[in-house]
Amino acid sequence: MTTETTQQPVEMILVRHLAGYLFVPVLVMDTTGTVIFYNEPAERILGVRFEETGRIDPEEADRLVELSDDPDDGSEDPRRPLLIALQQRRPAHARRWLLRRSDRVRLQVELTAFPIIDQEERLLGAVAMFWEHQGP
Amino acid sequence: MKVIPYGVRGSLAAPGWATARYGGNTSCVRVTGPDDTVLVLDAGTGIRSLALELPPRVRRIDVLLTHLHMDHIIGLGFFGPLYNPAMEVHIWGPASATLSLEARLRRYLAPPLFPVLLRDLPCRLELHHTGRGHFSIGPFRIRAARVCHPGPTVGYRIETERASLAYLPDHEPALGARRFPLDAEWTSGFDLAQGVDLLLHDAQYTREEYPRHAGWGHSTMHDALAFARLAGVKHLVPFHHDPGRDDAALEKAIAAALADAHPDFPVTPAAEGRTFDLD
Repeated sequence: MTTETTQQPVEMILVRHLAGYLFVPVLVMDTTGTVIFYNEPAERILGVRFEETGRIDPEEADRLVELSDDPDDGSEDPRRPLLIALQQRRPAHARRWLLRRSDRVRLQVELTAFPIIDQEERLLGAVAMFWEHQGP
Repeated sequence: MKVIPYGVRGSLAAPGWATARYGGNTSCVRVTGPDDTVLVLDAGTGIRSLALELPPRVRRIDVLLTHLHMDHIIGLGFFGPLYNPAMEVHIWGPASATLSLEARLRRYLAPPLFPVLLRDLPCRLELHHTGRGHFSIGPFRIRAARVCHPGPTVGYRIETERASLAYLPDHEPALGARRFPLDAEWTSGFDLAQGVDLLLHDAQYTREEYPRHAGWGHSTMHDALAFARLAGVKHLVPFHHDPGRDDAALEKAIAAALADAHPDFPVTPAAEGRTFDLD
């Protein structure tokens, strides 16, 4: 009478619901870096719809978009914010170039990533928020 | 497995003639295993009368708290076995990010709210933190998981070789969802309730009442029915009745929800003393 675990932790469910109400593009990742949800504004950045793709593993994400360093980025840690969030369990922020491969459009974005850690200090995943760069 | 509610009311006890058919005590359920192992689910006001009906041979009681809102722990100080040196009482429940279960319970079992200190209780008392995970008590295999409700809150799935029960008395899985239910992966509590023989689930509000109470941690009757259908439960017991709803109003509200939902499983509103024998 055992069951297979198919359900996300409630913390991740609530993160998804929050993302669904936000204006900024948001990706929600599990601990492997697989995108398990992205909101409607993020569909514009990725060029695909969540209803069509469902979850996106890291390899597929690389086929959709390419993130590259912004040489003008003065942030302290130029490494990928998402890796930092997932591997070091701390927030990170960087300015990046995002190439949407489907139409070769390049966007300058600022990317904020932070880990989701539950009250028992278990890493559940991470959230990435994209801010389209407005300034110089 | 035998399941008997001793308290089915949410938020506040509502005694009186108008609620006598379903009962006015707050959340408390007795689960008895095939070997007479006794679990007590939550410690609302119903726990006092539960203790009075325990067989004298019982020497160990396990109280499983879903969370520490007052209606779920207010009966604890009046639970007879806590004052019996011959009894072994285990209390299971969630800690918070900064406080242990013991420290959280001490906020109630201490002056000025209560005259007896937790440490002065004469029974053999053991406290156990429950977050996510499995544990066993006698013949019961128990799974706990965090569910959507304000503050640290868990639900329980309780199984024996022959039966399964899910207990989600305070649960708002529809919170924030633009449509409900989403698929199983994105529905709080699904893993606990999937395919159980009996689900006791929060059904405090009507659809009309819910917008004024969104985020308070409770479900509508319609959402409880939708959740039960998604999880494929065999029998739904709407629970945590609103204290402002008398027996007639409760029956009317449940009937309206059933007429809309047409569930293909039995639905029996929780009532004090109504026994569910799952074997």
